[in-house]
Amino acid sequence: MKHARLLALFATLSLAAVAHAGAADHVRATHAWIRVLPGALPAGGYVTLKNDSDQPVALTGASSKAYAQVMLHHSSTQGGVSRMTMVDALPVPAHGEATLAPAGYHLMLMQPNAPVTPGSTVRLLLQFSDGSSLPVDFIARPANALDDGAASAAHSGH
Amino acid sequence: MKPLRARLAVLLALLVAGLLLAACHGAAPLPFRLTNLTGHMPQLEFTLTNDEGKTVSAEDYRGKVVLLFFGYTHCPDVCPLTMAHLHVVMQKLGKRADDARILFVSVDPGRDTPAILHAYVNAFDSHAVGLTGKPRAVEALVKRYRSAFTREPASKDGNYEVSHSSAIYVFDRDGNPRVLFTPAGKQDDLVHDLQLLLGDGSPT
Repeated sequence: MKHARLLALFATLSLAAVAHAGAADHVRATHAWIRVLPGALPAGGYVTLKNDSDQPVALTGASSKAYAQVMLHHSSTQGGVSRMTMVDALPVPAHGEATLAPAGYHLMLMQPNAPVTPGSTVRLLLQFSDGSSLPVDFIARPANALDDGAASAAHSGH
Repeated sequence: MKPLRARLAVLLALLVAGLLLAACHGAAPLPFRLTNLTGHMPQLEFTLTNDEGKTVSAEDYRGKVVLLFFGYTHCPDVCPLTMAHLHVVMQKLGKRADDARILFVSVDPGRDTPAILHAYVNAFDSHAVGLTGKPRAVEALVKRYRSAFTREPASKDGNYEVSHSSAIYVFDRDGNPRVLFTPAGKQDDLVHDLQLLLGDGSPT
């Protein structure tokens, strides 16, 4: 009886380990949105990542069927000059979070395969340094949006 | 030796006369909250192509309060964020925004055609105008306001870096530079100063 239980426990644990290597169930994504620009112009993708595990992870990239290329970038402003640089990884600390937001870290989404209309959702597969990946639905927002629109949507819902 | 009271009266009279003179000449400086550019930079001057494909010059915008911003449409993060913020500023100005124009000058004139700029600026705000032109004409305007823009060539691994001035230059109805807004500045301060330039001198 005890033996069987232990076996079951082991089975569950090893299943969890397998799941860990594939789907990033230790990372949660919220406030995922894309600022859609007209035509085929590159768009910015933003998301908040929460790491529930005891180990730090890092976002290393992303891909999407909707865009030919997705790159991780960082914008910074110093002395009135804005800089945009490519980055290899964005760390998400253990039990911590990392934010991709305007004027900071962002995903640069290049060459849409089809026009993306505000209000629709675009699925991105986020890739992490431990080999795991996480599918996340990003809401497409108009060019002049300032965030994912969740705050104003919650307001109008009242 | 005049009595103190007489001396004070003369002083007061001089003061009142001075104030009246200042009022008559409109010399009283506007109480701007942003960095004051008055007298520090040259008048707005350019000849470029607008987003409808027409040749325009700075004189075409006399009578409007102008917000000058250098950017490019393939900039996915900071440029659209700045334009989205300016849209909010225009909304806060309400009807008065009709006398203001956001001039988005492309520093990437090779790719930014009038048609692309037209779709771009109109996605943000109806008071925005896209300007492009010959690289030399754009460069002259960038240099005139000591703005900067560099795009380093891509290295072997494809990495590159783009840097550009993120400041917004605000001009009065006569084309004179008045204030400078940087992304570190407060949006309400920009609204305040625009109200001063758009209105009768007092914010509403």
